[in-house]
Formats: sequence, structure tokens, C-alpha cells
Amino acid sequence: MPMSPTRTQRRAPSPSWHGLLWGLVLLALIPLNSLADALDAALIDLSDRSFEVKQAAVEVIAVSGDPRALKVLEALLDGDLYARTSDRRPVLAAASPAGFRLRDALEGTDLGEADRRDIRKITINNRMRTQLRSAIAALTLASPDAVLRLSAARELLGDPDPLVVEAIRAQFEREEDKQVRDSLALALALASLRDEDPEARLSGVSALAGSLDPSARNALTRLLGEETDPHVRAGAQRVLAGIEQKLKLNAAAETLFFGLSLGSVLVLAAIGLAITFGVMGVINMAHGELIMIGAYSTYLVQQAMPGLIDYSLFVAIPAAFLIAGLLGVLIERTVIRFLYGRPLETLLATFGISLILQQLVRTTISAQNVAVQNPSWMSGALQINPALALTYSRLYILVFALLVFLALLLILKRTALGLQVRAVSQNRSMARALGVRSARVDALTFGLGAGVAGVAGVALSQLTNVGPNMGQAYIIDSFMVVVFGGVGNLWGTLVAGLTLGVANKLMEPWAGAVLAKILVLVFIILFIQKRPRGLFPQRGRAADG
Amino acid sequence: MGLVRVTRDDKGGQAMLAILMIVAVVVPLLNLAVPASSPWHVSTYTVTLLGKYLTYALLAVAVDLVWGYLGILSLGHAAFFGLGGYAMGMYLMRQIGDRGVYGHPVLPDFMVFLNWQELPWFWHGFDLFWFAALMAILVPGALAFVFGYLAFRSRVTGVYLSIMTQALTYALMLAFFRNEMGFGGNNGLTDFKDMLGFDLTSDATRVGLFLASALALALGYLACRFIVTSRLGRVAVAIRDAEARTRFLGYRVDRVKLALFTFSAMLAGVAGALYVPQVGIINPGELSPLNSIELVIWVAVGGRATLYGAVIGAILVNYGKTYFTGAFPEAWLFALGALFVVVTLFLPRGIAGVVGMLRTWRRPRSSNGSQPEARG
Repeated sequence: MPMSPTRTQRRAPSPSWHGLLWGLVLLALIPLNSLADALDAALIDLSDRSFEVKQAAVEVIAVSGDPRALKVLEALLDGDLYARTSDRRPVLAAASPAGFRLRDALEGTDLGEADRRDIRKITINNRMRTQLRSAIAALTLASPDAVLRLSAARELLGDPDPLVVEAIRAQFEREEDKQVRDSLALALALASLRDEDPEARLSGVSALAGSLDPSARNALTRLLGEETDPHVRAGAQRVLAGIEQKLKLNAAAETLFFGLSLGSVLVLAAIGLAITFGVMGVINMAHGELIMIGAYSTYLVQQAMPGLIDYSLFVAIPAAFLIAGLLGVLIERTVIRFLYGRPLETLLATFGISLILQQLVRTTISAQNVAVQNPSWMSGALQINPALALTYSRLYILVFALLVFLALLLILKRTALGLQVRAVSQNRSMARALGVRSARVDALTFGLGAGVAGVAGVALSQLTNVGPNMGQAYIIDSFMVVVFGGVGNLWGTLVAGLTLGVANKLMEPWAGAVLAKILVLVFIILFIQKRPRGLFPQRGRAADG
Repeated sequence: MGLVRVTRDDKGGQAMLAILMIVAVVVPLLNLAVPASSPWHVSTYTVTLLGKYLTYALLAVAVDLVWGYLGILSLGHAAFFGLGGYAMGMYLMRQIGDRGVYGHPVLPDFMVFLNWQELPWFWHGFDLFWFAALMAILVPGALAFVFGYLAFRSRVTGVYLSIMTQALTYALMLAFFRNEMGFGGNNGLTDFKDMLGFDLTSDATRVGLFLASALALALGYLACRFIVTSRLGRVAVAIRDAEARTRFLGYRVDRVKLALFTFSAMLAGVAGALYVPQVGIINPGELSPLNSIELVIWVAVGGRATLYGAVIGAILVNYGKTYFTGAFPEAWLFALGALFVVVTLFLPRGIAGVVGMLRTWRRPRSSNGSQPEARG
């Protein structure tokens, strides 16, 4: 990366300051021994009455590079630093029964008790505060911990103080961590934008090309506001346009991710329905409540193992599958099996069941939403670049949705149960004639669909509120996804769910969340008029049913 | 004569109309003529409650017309009901005039609150009663016509149609929740003062609205009876039982469906328009898909394809709701849920079916074949 040395700063302080600064920078090159002496002298100077002397002392302490100096400067900034009247040594004072207990500010050694007359607070002014912040950052920059260096580098972005810039440059030369190096390079480029030399500014501008950091964009915008040199202007405009372009691309990627994430939620919510409705032809209006039951299972599992939230989901997934699945088998055996061939009646009966389940949760647990915790590994985000971060929870749920989908696909296509399920759904009497116990298959299929709804509930409990009404929020969307994708087709459900999710998020920026949802609904209603059997209709005789 | 044809062979309907007539005479008398201290006095609260039930009954009749006789399980009737209600609500809103909280001469309170400068175009004309009443019928009718035209032409049937009507209701509800739509958003329309110059809080106006509801129910019932006893009604039943066969016989199935569906939606709109002045509020919650399913169960409880059964079901279920939510609020959803399950499992023909069964059980030889068998 081309980087011109900062010879003169645009907003240089007064000339005397300037000379002093250079002297201090040179100090950094003086061997360590004399530096330690200089540090001691500077510590004494901190308690001088003149702010100018104090400022000079801070500069000396800052360039000392001594990690212990950091604590002194921080204490000074926080107003916790005192000077002992006897030897002017800077100390930290904590209130104690006798007055104050003193500790050496640099060494941390105990200096005994003292009266309030023995110490004097070291005062600072606003100008010193600014100086201290830069100095503290510069010291942190030299820290052996890469994480600390990175955060210091971020803090120093756009800091115009020439001394800080020098410190950044020095650190940049020896920095080995790539991330920190990039941040330092960005900071140097930002600093050179303020250089008096147009050449330096121009090289700063070109160093910023393609940077997605918000500070780069801000600095370029500001530069365009005050820049007079036509070359630099043209360069800045070109670089800024490039950055805007890249930001747009990242925003599009982010929208796509949000869309896929919403789509994965839709797929999860709908995929159980794709079994019960799609394969069995049962209109299960209690599907949303089975999702709710799954979410509540997560809550109950977390209540049962309070110290192990990080592992709770691995227990909750099978638990929710079993609870919701058994409930599904129960519903099928007691109600639905009497209603095969009468889909509209099934709709009403299962709706009744959904009301009962809702009220059951309200009565036994609470009418309020319950708090389901997120495991620590679900929080945080995958930072792709400064403008694009993918939250882990959404990422995991996207992957989880695909896994559930694949598992179901395998069960239906590769297992004996799947074969029987498909046989019964295509021709019940023929399947029975061939020895398939259709009643058992019905119960298991419905249980499978219900269990998957429960598993979806576990995932959804990590994204949304868990309450007795949460199922209702998903039931209509789930039906839309299944109908849009084509009844009886798992792939259709996957494609439809992801498509609707992305479409929703694409429309949201200009239409708003609610209107986008309405538009999607209207689109599906119109789409079904054109293709009543959905995106991927079932072919052959099964389609006539 | 038409009326004879319509009510002949409809014992249940005759009884229902007779009871309705008696109630319509007795209840207002007991409210207005009997002093409040007498045990025979019927409170205005009860009159309004009964009036509300009657509008529900009219809505249930509208649903039964398409579900019982045409096999369309519409989950969109709450939307049609709500649209009729909103049309009437807009009229009542304009009648408030400058008596609102903000005292603006033209704009309703919520528009002043949202800093709107002038009335949106679709609010014009709603200061006239005849216009609002017309819109309460035409808007649901138009929506049903457009939706039905598209759906029936492309032969969307059965559960698909149910799900689509549900999506329609859901989309409308979401739309009405938006403040930008100009229908009061979440809070809906309320704080009504008077209607046609009559104070909405006075007893006489309440009784008037009750009578209007009773009249609308009777007329709506007779109109539906007229349809189902006509040739059109018989084609409708044929479509319900064997749609493809009816089409092959040369009937324009989509047109029959469209006509009945649109008429039913208009009837639902009338019910909504009568409902709003009695309860004093209309908000997007009325358009929820949940309500749509709930009103289907009224019809199922009373008995499908009887029309009078829908009236019985609507009144019974809603009385139960009023009673339960007052006495055992926890138990209402259990009761309603169980009702859904029990009726679909054990009483596929509802209360009307039970009555019919009892009658055939007492007179095993009598032929009771005039009621067509309903199928899902």
C-alpha cells in the first residue's frame, strides 16, 4: 500500500509545539536506559502547576512505550491520580479509615497511609484530555495483545494528532497481525487525507479505494466538501463511487441473507405441514400450535437444566420431536382418522384442537410470553467485512432448516416407512391390499409431520417470542408456502419458502414490512389462479384426488 | 305466490321466522313500555346484545348459503362482514362532525392525530347515509366478485379455495392495521355519536337497530330460501355434490358459483353494517381469519344446508360465548374447541340434523328426503 510520509500536518499546532513534538518523536529512538530516566522525570513533571509542562510530560510518558505507563495515564484521565506533596511522586489514593491509602502509580507498590494534606490531586484541562486519549490509544497500540491493538487501532481512526499518526506509523511498520495492519493502514490513509501536500492527500485517497469501513466513506465525503485541488477531487470522487458501489453490493448480499433467513423460517414452519397436508391431504389447522408446543418444550427443557443453557437445544430438539409427535399421533388416532375424505371437516376439527391447545398452555403455564434463552454459541455474528455481518442465530437456523429438509427427504424416499407413506397417499386401497397397515402408517405420518413442527418450534423459539399465540402467526404463512410450492412436493416447499422469504425482504425497503407481506399474499392469491396446483404440481393420478 | 313456494316444506324455517317475529314484537315492548323496576323489563343492554346476535345470524345464513348449498367453505366472510362494517363506520365517523376530541369540522379524530390535511378521496360521499349503505353492500360484493371471478374461472376448489379466502382475509386485516390506509389503523373507527340524526345511545335508537336487524335477518333468510328453492339453487346443490358432472351437463358452474358467492358476500356486508352501530366500534380484529373460522362453526353447530340451522347455531354459540366469557373466561376456548371437534365428529348435520333424526325415529316410516345430504 503506497503511503507517503507525513512531513507536515495540515492543522499543525503552534510552532513551538511543533518543535517539541519532533523532539519527542526522536526520543523514541533514544536507548531504553535514558528513556527510563526520562519517564521518571516526566512523572514528576506531571504535578507541575503549568499545563504546558504537564502536556510535555504526558508526551514523554506516551512515547516511553512502557506498558505500566498506560495505567498512569488512564488514572490521570479519570481524575484518580494524585501527587505526594513530599516528593511529587504520582500516586493512586483510595479512601481508608485513616484518610487515604496510597499506591505508587507506576509500580503499584503500597506506600502506606496518608493524610489528605499529604497529597494533591493532579488537575487536567480539556486540551490535556484530548491529548491523554490519543496517548492512551498509542500506548495500547503497542500492547502485545492483538485484540487490544485492534480496538486501539479502531479508536484512532481519523485522529488528526500528528503524534498519534507517528505512533500508528511506527506500529504499522512492525505489525504482523493482518487485521490490525489493515486497520492501521486505514488510519494512516485517513490521516494523510488531512495532509497539506495534495500528493499525500491523493495517495491517501487511493489507499482508501475499496475500503468498506464507514469512516473511509465519511472521510472522503468530508474531503470532497473542502478539497480544492482538482486531481484530489477527481480521485476522491472516483474512489467514493467505487465504495458506494461495493456497499450496494454488500447491502444486496445482506438483503439476500435476511431473505434466506426468513425463508428458512418459513420452510421450517411449513415442512411439517407439507407432510400432513401435502402427503396425507389433512388440513391441520393445529399445525401452528404444534410448533408452539415445540417452542414450549425448549422452554421446559431449559427450566429443567438451568446451568446448561449451551447444551439445552440438543436436548430440546429430540424432546420437542417426541412431545409434538406423540401429540400428533394422539390427535390422529382420536379425531382425524374419522374424517379422512372430508378435508373441510378436518379443517374445523383441527381448528378446535388448536384452540384447546392454546388454552391448555395458557392455563397450565402462563398467558404471558415465556423467556427462552439463547445458547452463547448462537449469539454474535460472522463478520465478513465491515459492511456485512451474518448473525450466527440466523445462520444456524438456515443450516438447520436445510438439515431438517434433507432428513425428511431421506425418510420419505429411502426408508420403508417413507415407501409406505407414499403408497398410502397415492392409493390407499391398493396399498392395503398389498399388506400395508394403513392405519398405522397414517398415525406415524401424522406423528412425523407433527414432530417436525415441534422441531421447528425449537428453532423458532430462538428467533421470536414464545407465547400461547405464536402458532397463529405461522399457520397462514405455512399454508401459503405449501400451496405455492405445490401440494405433495417437499422440494416445492423448500423452493417456495425460500422464494417467498427473499421476495418479502426484497420488497421491504421500499414497501415496509406489512405492505410487503400483503403484496406477497396477494401475489400468491393471483398465482394460484394461474397455476392452481402450485409451482411444482404433482403429476399423474394423484393430482386428481 | 313466491312466499308460499319459499316457505313451503320448511318447517324449521317457519318456526324460526315465527319466533323471530314474536321476539321482534315482545322485546321492544318489554324494553320501552315496561318500567325498569319490573322483573319483566328487558334492559337496553340485552336488546343490543340480541340485535348483535341477529346480525351474526344473518352472517351465518350468508355462510350457509355458500357452504351448505354450494360446498364452498369460505373463510373470507369475516372480511366481507368487516368491510360492510367499515362502510357504516365511515358514515358514523363523518356524522361526528366537529364533536370529536380535536373538534375538526371534517376530519375524523385519528386523521387530525396523524396530521393529515384533507380527507382521503375514498372518504368522500360517506357523509351521506344512502351512499354508505350502498357501499356496505357493493364493496364486499365487488371484492367477492373479483376474487370469485378469478378463483372459479381457474377452478380453484375445495380446501385450496378455503386457504385462499383465508389468505385474502389475512391480507385485508394486515392492510387495515396500517395507519396509512386511512381507516384508523389499530384502533379502528369508534366514538360514534348518532345515525340519521338519532342519538346512538338512546333506548329508542337501540330498539330501532334491533328491529332493523330482525327485519334484515328475515328478508335475508327469505332471499336465501328463494334462491335455494329456485332452479339456481338446485344447480348449486348439484355443483356441491358433483361439480365435474354438473359442468359436463352443460351448466356454467363458475357463473353459478360467482353469483351465489357475490350475493352471500353482500349479505355479509349488510350484517356488518348493522353490527357496527350496535357495538359502537369496528377495528381490524373483526377481519381476522380466526373470526372467519369461528363463524363457520356456528353454521356447523346449527346444521348445514338448512339456513334456519345457521340462525340457531349463530345465536346459541354466541350466547354460550357471552355466558362463558362472563362466568368462566378460562373455559371458553376449551368449550369452543371441543364444540368444533364434537360437532364435526358426532353431529355432521348439527342441531337441525338431531331434530330431524328425532322426528324420523318417532315416525320411522315418514319420508324426510327433502333435505339434501351435505358432504364435505
